[in-house]
Amino acid sequence: MKNKKSQLQTMKKVLTYIRSYRIFLVLSLIFAIVAVASTLYFPVLTGQVIDHILAPGQVDFAIIMDLLWKMGLLILVTALAQWLMNVCNNKITYEVVQDVRREAFAKIEILPLKFIDAHSHGELVSRVIADVDQFADGLLMGFSQLFTGVITILGTLLFMISINVRITLVVVLVTPVSLFVASFIARRTFSMFMLQSTTRGEQTALINEMIENQKVVQAFSKEKDVMEKFDEINGRLERASLRATFFSSLTNPGTRFVNSLVYTGVALVGAFLAMAGNGVLTVGQLSCFLSYANQYTKPFNEISGVVTELQNALACAERIFDLIMEEPQTPEPESAETLADVKGNVNLEHVYFSYSPDKKLIEDFNLDIKPGQRVAIVGPTGCGKTTIINLLMRFYDVDHGSIQVEGQDIRAVTRKSLRESYGMVLQETWLKAGSIRENLIMGKPDATDEEILAAAKASHAHSFIKRLPDGYDTVIGEEGGSLSVGQKQLLCIARVMLCLPPMLILDEATSSIDTRTEMKIQNAFAKMMEGRTSFIVAHRLSTIQEADIILVMKDGHILEQGNHEELLKQGGLYSELYNSQFAV
Amino acid sequence: MKKLYVYLSNYKKECILAPLFKMLEASFELVIPLVVSAIIDVGITNGDGNYIARMCLIMVMLGLFGLVSSVTAQYFAARAAAGFGTKVRHALFSHIQGFSFSEIDKMGTATLITRLTSDINQVQSGVNMVLRLFLRSPFIVLGAMVMAFTIDVKAALIFVVTIPLLSLVVFGVMAVSIPLYRKVQERLDRVLGITRENLTGARVIRAFHKEEEEKSRFEEGLENLTSMQTYVGKISAFLNPLTYVIINAATLVLLYTGAVQVNLGNLTQGEVVALVNYMSQILVELIKLANLIITITKAVACARRVSSVLEVESTMPTQPSLQSEEGGGIKEDQDIMVRFSHVGLTYQGAGAESLSDIDFSVRRGETVGIIGGTGSGKTSLVHLIPRFYDATRGEILIDGRNVKDYPLEELRQKVGIVMQKAVLFQGTIRENLCWGKANATEEELIKALETAQAKEVVDGKEGKLEAPVEQGGKNFSGGQRQRLTIARALVRKPEILILDDSASALDYATDARLRKAIREMEEAPTVFIVSQRTSSIQHADKIIVLDDGEIAAVGVHEQLLESCEVYREIYDSQYKKQ
Repeated sequence: MKNKKSQLQTMKKVLTYIRSYRIFLVLSLIFAIVAVASTLYFPVLTGQVIDHILAPGQVDFAIIMDLLWKMGLLILVTALAQWLMNVCNNKITYEVVQDVRREAFAKIEILPLKFIDAHSHGELVSRVIADVDQFADGLLMGFSQLFTGVITILGTLLFMISINVRITLVVVLVTPVSLFVASFIARRTFSMFMLQSTTRGEQTALINEMIENQKVVQAFSKEKDVMEKFDEINGRLERASLRATFFSSLTNPGTRFVNSLVYTGVALVGAFLAMAGNGVLTVGQLSCFLSYANQYTKPFNEISGVVTELQNALACAERIFDLIMEEPQTPEPESAETLADVKGNVNLEHVYFSYSPDKKLIEDFNLDIKPGQRVAIVGPTGCGKTTIINLLMRFYDVDHGSIQVEGQDIRAVTRKSLRESYGMVLQETWLKAGSIRENLIMGKPDATDEEILAAAKASHAHSFIKRLPDGYDTVIGEEGGSLSVGQKQLLCIARVMLCLPPMLILDEATSSIDTRTEMKIQNAFAKMMEGRTSFIVAHRLSTIQEADIILVMKDGHILEQGNHEELLKQGGLYSELYNSQFAV
Repeated sequence: MKKLYVYLSNYKKECILAPLFKMLEASFELVIPLVVSAIIDVGITNGDGNYIARMCLIMVMLGLFGLVSSVTAQYFAARAAAGFGTKVRHALFSHIQGFSFSEIDKMGTATLITRLTSDINQVQSGVNMVLRLFLRSPFIVLGAMVMAFTIDVKAALIFVVTIPLLSLVVFGVMAVSIPLYRKVQERLDRVLGITRENLTGARVIRAFHKEEEEKSRFEEGLENLTSMQTYVGKISAFLNPLTYVIINAATLVLLYTGAVQVNLGNLTQGEVVALVNYMSQILVELIKLANLIITITKAVACARRVSSVLEVESTMPTQPSLQSEEGGGIKEDQDIMVRFSHVGLTYQGAGAESLSDIDFSVRRGETVGIIGGTGSGKTSLVHLIPRFYDATRGEILIDGRNVKDYPLEELRQKVGIVMQKAVLFQGTIRENLCWGKANATEEELIKALETAQAKEVVDGKEGKLEAPVEQGGKNFSGGQRQRLTIARALVRKPEILILDDSASALDYATDARLRKAIREMEEAPTVFIVSQRTSSIQHADKIIVLDDGEIAAVGVHEQLLESCEVYREIYDSQYKKQ
């Protein structure tokens, strides 16, 4: 089965992670053996003590004391071995988790944006967090449980055989029944668990939808209807959950009953043997057997649980490794040069690009931009304006042709130096959790307070920053927290105004800022753009008119190219768009 | 936490019966060592095979009774847990539904969703485990001690010393590690936060080539987490060895005392075996308990998170206060539909007012344009009309009656609001439109669609009104969604229609057709149009210009162009002289 095969591969990968901790693994195994062996030896000694406590006057204190001392030592050895085993296991688990997470994160940093764009972020996060945890818990703990379980079973068997073969046979014959019971129940309950989790999924989807849009729900006073729908699913979930919980919880009583049968069997056979006298079995040995019967069956119950857990863990591991093994962005060639002294010459030669091979987008696109020129990209929403930016910043690589900056193919220079040459303000504002200051100095970590202030003032962000509780040191939450979209955009603009790179990319940079503030920022923008090659994506045609080159896009294709007057004369899409704005 | 107990009270019967049957099972288990001791002392000593067989039959019967009572216990426990989970989910969801916008803003949706889902699941399985096991373990431990007393008082005293010592260790380790586990969770949250940030901000991080810096930030968080985990791990690693040492040391003492007592003729060999068996039963239970404790620790933490949401009171009562039945406000001109009287609004936790001294009135059927800069309070102002927030100063009258004197549902029935973010729900187009009015006729739906310029959107979809809408309306473009949400608001034929920047994705021509169609509706509503575009509002009967939460001017387009600098600047910014 292919499934089995991929599980095997996943196992191999897991082992490579554990390899660096193999000393701890070996130690853990040794301690496990010591702990199990000494735990098992303990009842033997107990039995021997009991055999020397026969009746009044028939108690051999000398031997008993000797045995008790031995037992005392054994307890200490067991406890120490247990503790050390735990410590080793923790060490392996946490370190492996850390390694896996570190690697997963490092991969996230170099994944092609294509991958990140195509995957749900929540899902990727849950791989790095929840899956790794599940994998570590299930796999490593599962391993240690499986291992100690197997040792316990083997060890018990050995000890039992060494005492008495016939009773051992009783135990060996009855125990598999408990395994059978456990697996029988597990198979039957699987579909119930599936039902429970699909119902749960259905409910989560509803919760997501309704809580996220609760304002709409309330605006339409739909609370009651939503509640009804919720309760309907909730009721189904209750029934599914009751069945799954109840039937799966039968495993324990079921196997425990089998255990009690084993126990009784041992007692029965053992008692008759002991009664027969002739030293086949002493009472002490019987008590020892009884305690083995208890211990021996336990690992069987655990192992059946461990197997499902292991499978679950492997599934999680596979999801993480899929991420880690994901093809990274094209690595930089050794010879990659640092793009230096950028004046703003950008050339696109015979560029072909599409997001998926079956849907052609940009074909044979040529553009020659001189330093200081302003390129505007125009078109209806969703026309692929950001595609150009993706290519310029090398978030995506072109399929054919090349993009050059200062005559150098951007694939031949380091990404760092290429991206450093651009200042970018995107429509989707992104700020990191941290202080306003930290966010502003992203592009220029060594900026002085005066510089920060100047940039914030130029972008008209200063007036709202100073009103925040701690001014520039106000800590904003993840994704900008309580700031409005417009305020976030102002911060993003300030961020670029602070580092002033030689080229600019403004993707709807002012889309969430009101036109009046925008007007005021325009001056600052104009000053910033002076002498800098800039690419502007904008909705408002008025801001585009002054561009040197206007690209008109629709459905991902570039339809028209030229300056305002030329395009108006052409009477194509641009003139249509332009006229519609003033039609009312 | 207390808030949650209420939901268990419906399952009192189950909550009592489950542990009871569990204890019954445990009692059967506790009898077994006595039977074994009898086998040894009577059966083996006297060589009575019949007796041994009978005793073994008793053991099987005990096992069977144990099985039956345990299954019964599991059933009641599962019923209580599933029922409890369902009740809590219902309560929490309905509680959240009652939240006003302020509470939703404050708590954030992401955390509400995890609390409703995974947190409640954890609590549910916690309840299940507690009912099944948490009483069983102490019962066996204490039961073993009681049984020891029935055998021999002196030997039982060893149990009396051992058990408190064990509890001390178990609860001591718990007390130390639970707060530490919480810290682990916090550090994990941080690692999660950084990961998410790096996914959503991938473009910006790469544009500013911050990858290395982010990696070291992540590494720092990761190391913090690991060191905390290792630390807690070390402490909880003590639990098992320590209990092992205590119990087995007690066994040693027991054996020695047993030897002395047997020697004196106070005890039999079988009884010593029974005592040792009881000790080892305690050990087995403690190991189970240790595993259980982790589940319970988690469940308790989750229960706290759930009940903390339940403790948040909604600041928006759904029923009006009784004393002002008949319009507390000044009865005035019947023709006035909406009146803001010196209204101020301070958001919870905000330092300054977001709206101050808003004072205006609107006649029935008028169209009002609201314009102003980012953060000038446009949306805040219109959100006061359907009472999404309560004004912190002044009052708002609708139809001459204070909004606070309306039952919430009646008030919102009057108002159709189309929000900035166009949201559609999973289902069909028809289902979405019927949000506005549950029993709307085909004709009403079509009419609303036509007015909202959304007829073509529906006609373009296979299945027309029955065409499926994916979650979040993903299968519609932004403009299509906006028009459908407008249609949804129109279906209920509201007396007041609020369009909160809801035509932003429409081109100018469609926007104009939309406004014309609304004006020409029968029973034309009073319309509020919030917009950034002067073109959308310049034909309004009244334009309110907001600046930094205050009214800069009220008037019609021509007046404002003359007199209001703010308005002129906005206008010029869009129609720059060439």
